[in-house]
Formats: sequence, C-alpha cells, structure tokens
Amino acid sequence: MLPLVLDNVSFTASGKRIIDAVSAEFGAGPRTVILGPNGAGKSVLMRLCHGLLAPTAGKVIWGGPSNGRGRQAMVFQRPVMLRRSALANVAYGLKLAGVSAGERELRARDVLEAVGLAPVAGHPARVLSGGEQQRLALARAWALGPEVLFLDEPTANLDPGATRDVETIIGQIRAGGTKIIMTTHNLGQARRLGDEILFLSQGRLVERTPVERFFQQPASAAAAAFIRGELPWR
Amino acid sequence: MNEILLAVTEAGRMIGRLDDELVEIVLLSLQVSLTAVVLASALGLPLGAAIAVGRFPGRKTLIVFLNALMGLPPVVVGLVVYLMLSRAGPLGELGILFTPAAMVIAQTILIAPIVAALSRQAIEDAWRDYQEQLRSLGAGPVAAALTLLWDTRFSLVTIVLAGFGRAAAEVGAVMIVGGNIEGVTRVMTTAIALETSKGDLPLALGLGIVLIALVLFLNAGASLIKDAAQRRYG
Amino acid sequence: MALNGRRMVATIMMSALLAAAPLAHAEKFITVASTTSTENSGLFKHILPMFQRKTGIEVRVVARGTGQALDMARRGDADVVFVHARAAEEAFVAGGYGVKRYAVMYNDFVLVGPRSDPARVAGGREIAAALRKVKASAATFVSRGDKSGTHMAEIRLWKASGIDIAAQKGPWYRELGQGMGASLNTASSMNGYILADRGTWISFKNRGDLRIVVEGDKRLFNQYGVILVNPGKHKHVKKDLGQAFIDWVVSPEGQRAIAEYRIGGEQLFFPNAAEAGA
Repeated sequence: MLPLVLDNVSFTASGKRIIDAVSAEFGAGPRTVILGPNGAGKSVLMRLCHGLLAPTAGKVIWGGPSNGRGRQAMVFQRPVMLRRSALANVAYGLKLAGVSAGERELRARDVLEAVGLAPVAGHPARVLSGGEQQRLALARAWALGPEVLFLDEPTANLDPGATRDVETIIGQIRAGGTKIIMTTHNLGQARRLGDEILFLSQGRLVERTPVERFFQQPASAAAAAFIRGELPWR
Repeated sequence: MNEILLAVTEAGRMIGRLDDELVEIVLLSLQVSLTAVVLASALGLPLGAAIAVGRFPGRKTLIVFLNALMGLPPVVVGLVVYLMLSRAGPLGELGILFTPAAMVIAQTILIAPIVAALSRQAIEDAWRDYQEQLRSLGAGPVAAALTLLWDTRFSLVTIVLAGFGRAAAEVGAVMIVGGNIEGVTRVMTTAIALETSKGDLPLALGLGIVLIALVLFLNAGASLIKDAAQRRYG
Repeated sequence: MALNGRRMVATIMMSALLAAAPLAHAEKFITVASTTSTENSGLFKHILPMFQRKTGIEVRVVARGTGQALDMARRGDADVVFVHARAAEEAFVAGGYGVKRYAVMYNDFVLVGPRSDPARVAGGREIAAALRKVKASAATFVSRGDKSGTHMAEIRLWKASGIDIAAQKGPWYRELGQGMGASLNTASSMNGYILADRGTWISFKNRGDLRIVVEGDKRLFNQYGVILVNPGKHKHVKKDLGQAFIDWVVSPEGQRAIAEYRIGGEQLFFPNAAEAGA
C-alpha cells in the first residue's frame, strides 16, 4: 500500500556502502524514474523498495490502513521464464496470488491479448524472442493487478521496435492506476516515461526533480555532469 | 576374443528363445531396481530441493557429507543392512532378510544420496537464476522448491537414470542381503557372479550383455520421452 | 499442461510400486545355509524340486562358505545348515546352536594343478607328500582363504604334511577369500595348484590348463552333514519344515536322489547317511 517511505535506508555489502542514508517518500501518481551512473546503486535501491533485499540500516515502510506491502510486481532486465507455455507462466503468478483455476486462465488470456501475445499463448515461453519474453514478463506482472510496478532497465537488451512495444504497455499499465517506479540508462526513455527523476550518485540521493526541469536545469552539479556525459552535445 | 564371440552368440540365443529363467531374473532385476529408484527419488528429490533453496547453519557441511555419500560402497551398505535385518539384529523381527524387499531397501539407501546430491546441485544452479523473479512473484521457500523441481525436470530425469544405472549394476549389496536364492532373489548381477564362479564365462558374459542392453534400452526410451517433452515445453 | 506432466509422473510411480507388490510372497519355505561347493555343483538344482514336489516345501538355499553359513545360522538367519566341516559342525551343535548333526553324503577332494606340473606331483596318491613338494618347489598354490569347509580341510592337510602353513607361507601361496568356483577361475588363470572338491571340479567349465594331479588319498575324504538350527536359541526357526527336509535328505528316497546326480555320466556325491560314525 502506498505511500512507500524510505527512512534513512542504507545497504552495505562486502564492506562497501552501496546505498547511503537515502530518505524519500513515494505516493500514488507521478511516474518515478531513477537515474544515475553505473554503480550508483539504482538496482539495489529498487530491490530494497520491493523487498528482495533488507536494508542494513534504516527502514522501508509501507503505509496504508493495513500497513502491509500490498500488491507489487517487478520486471527485471532479463526476463526469467519457467519451462512452460506463455499462458502457464502468467497463470503461475496468479496461482501464487491465490486466484482460482478458472479465473486464472481467463485473466491470463485477457492480459496476453492486451500485450499482443495471444497467438503464442500456447507456445513454450522459452522459445519466444527477447522482446516477446519481456512483454510476457510485463503481462505476468500486470495480471496481478499490482499497486506498484518496479521495472529494472526493462528495455536495456531490446531493439528499438521491441522497446517501443514495452513502453506502450507500461503506459497501459499506468493508465490502469498502477504506480510506476523504474530505472533506465536511456535518457530519451526517461523523458518519455517519467514525471519525476530521482538522481542517485554513489549510493546517495542527490536530486529529486520534475522531469523537464531535470533535463533543462538540473539542480546538482553531479546531475549536470551526468547528463553531459550521456548527451555530450548539450 | 573367442569367449566374447561365444558370449554374444549366447546372449542372442537367450534373448531369442526368451528362456524362462532369464525372463524371471530380468523381471526381478527391474522390479528391485525400479522400486528402489522410485523410493530413492521420493526421498532424494525433495531433500535435494530443500537443501538447494534453504539457508540454515551447517548447510555447507551437510552438502559435503551428502556428496561423499554418493561414494558409499555397495558391499558395505549390504553388510550394514544385513546386520540390521538379521535375526540377531534390531529389525530381525520383520523377517525380510533374503527377500527382494531387503534388496530394495539396500539399493534405496545406496541411490538416495546420489539423487539428493545431484539434484541439489541442479536445483541450486536454477535457483540462482530464478530466485529474484520467484520471490518477487511471492513464492515462499516451499513453493519455490516445488517450482524448481518441476522446471529442472529434464536434468532430474537424467539424475534418476543415473541412480537406476547404479542400482541395476551393483552386486555387492544385493548379494549379501538377498542371498542369490534361485527363483527368489537372483537378479542379473548375482546370476552373472554365480555363472562366473561356476567357470561358465560365456554364459556370464552373455548375461552381462543382456543387462547392458536392457539398461541401454531404458535410457533410450527415457531420452525419447525427454526430447518430445522438451520440444513441447522448451 | 503442467497437470498432464504431474499425472504422468504419478502413473509411473504407481505402476512401479504395484509391480513391487508380488515381491512380498508368503509360502511354505525354509532357508538352508549351504556352501558354494554344493551350489556350484548343481546338486541342489537336481534334488530340491523332488523334495518340493513331494512336500510342497520350497527350499531357499543361500550359498556361502561353510564358516559364513554356520555364522549365519548362529545369528538365526537360516533354518538348516548343510555344510562339510565335521569339526566345525560338531562344535556348532555342542555350542547349542544346532539340534543334531546327521551325516548325509561324501565326496572327496582332489589336488588340481597345471599341465606343466612344476612341483612334479602328478600321479601321486599321497596328498601329504604332494603338498611338501609344492612348498619345496615354491610353485603357485591358490587357497580359498575363506574359512570354508574346503579351506579348513586344506589347513588340516598342510598340518598332516608337517607344515604350519600360516607361519611358513611365502609369496607362492595365494589366499583369495573367495568361493570354490571363483578360486578355480583364479587358479586357472594363474596356472596354480588348488585343492578342490570333486563335485565343483566336475561341473567347472573354465579349467584352462588345469587337471587332477593327486586323488584317492583317504585323507581327502570330504563328509557332508546337515543340522537343524536350534529353535531353542531362535524361536522363529521353522523346526517342523526344517526337520522334514532333513528327514527326506537322509531317507532312502533322498539318498537315491543324491546318488543319481551325475555330470557327464560321473557321480559327484555318495550318500552315506546310514553309515555309522560318518
């Protein structure tokens, strides 16, 4: 349940401080994009929010009346598919969520239709192309009806066409009311898909700015250098 | 060389006329080893999965110990089981010494560590790849273990076949706990040992060829099923 | 589709377990601990079906060496022992493990050796002299080494030759710890001398270069005895069925069956249950 509050969260591994005292609050609404140079800790931060990692200091607090995590889902850079059909992969997530068998198949088919994978519903998921598998991963997450969808560099391994498809689907999921929190290296994508930018550098939250202002006039020197580095003609 | 040619001819003749005694011995060998491999898998696969997915103190030591048990000498297992099942031993009341049941028990003890240790490795490798995604979808350790068992099924089939091969090939355990009683506990390997000790080497070698052919046949069958399934499920 | 796979797995498991069902049968049977020499000779295959036809009792023979057979019986894992080491058998009864020793049959041991005969013993009729020559020439000699009746007889014969073999053996003396057939295989491939019971020798098919070099000495006499395991020590011993087997084996019918057993026209065992002092 939103809001998600990070209270002075740190994460240390092998003696190295990967996330350094990050505090932030995420509410429903704005699409959040996390940017930063390699090694800044973006992926780790996402995993801390989603609960795959536990902070070594500080707290990750989910609000809401039940004070629980609520429904969340995450799509990774490389989709992990089970050795079964595309439909069965989507149904798997629903089964874990406690959905009944008949209901599972219906919802799975619906969501596969929505992402354009209905023709391959019966195909083994592992023989699908990279782009199709990522769309399948999105379908699997979408079917759960998550309140928050985390995406860790979802199009890093995809060609422009597949990237476009994925961005469209993210938009559809967003339109259904899901909060989007994602990381990306693609600044154009950040501009297209983001409402606000969280800029991370060396594990610290350096800047949090609405998207347009971030690219025109970043508040921090680090962010400015980053944008220049990624887009040297600016 | 002459003896090998004689043996091949003898094997062909035995198979051709479907010698009563040969059929009895072959069927018993299959019954004992197949039952043992089913029981060993029922024990070993869940154990392997549990160790692969679980995290508990002493885990590394347990893995080393389990791996070492793969090298249990069959004759030692036979001796220990004999001492257990002997009338003078703790389980003597059961009266199952010198019956196929005792042979199944001995072979199960022999193969279970093989199935457990090898499946542990296969599942742990898969867990490394699947862990984040499965946990993200909400799978607890038990659900994850079951999912991995099913997803690594093709590797597991090979492991189970390895276990069967080990059982069907051993003579030390079944000789001691079975007693090689004609018509009751005589299996292919003990029959080969007997014929060898009677000096009838071509017959012994012929039986050996039949045994190898049998195991080859079973493996070929399993391979065909595996290929068909792999084509279907990826 | 996942269900399909699961059903397949379940079916395989069920059929394997069902196939195992006949593994538990309970009929009228006794367990006889006997020796590898009697098993390898094929005698049991000849006489036991006759006994089963007459009484309906199945006889399950577990063939080990004499020492192991008696040990098995002491533990209570057999109902009857059928071995050939008189001293050990009498000790077994005296120790309270057996009820009564009955003589059954005899055959003899033979010294078997290579055609080249390095110890120059062929044709001799005295085993003690032959063994002395074997040791003197340090010719390869293969011993059972497994506390079997044959092994104990071998030790006795070395003693009769005035040789304490345990103390005086050299690299020419090969102790195997194996049954009669396996030991003959080894002797055959090593071209060594070996003491064998005539029954196993006659039925042995891998003679290689070996043949009988010494036979006929009274010392080579090999007596077989049968004993019921004492139900007083082990309650579960099938004493009625076991005694029925013993009674048949020493009866005229059983004795005739033993005498009738031949390989290549040659008789292997000579029944002597009626002989006093056997």
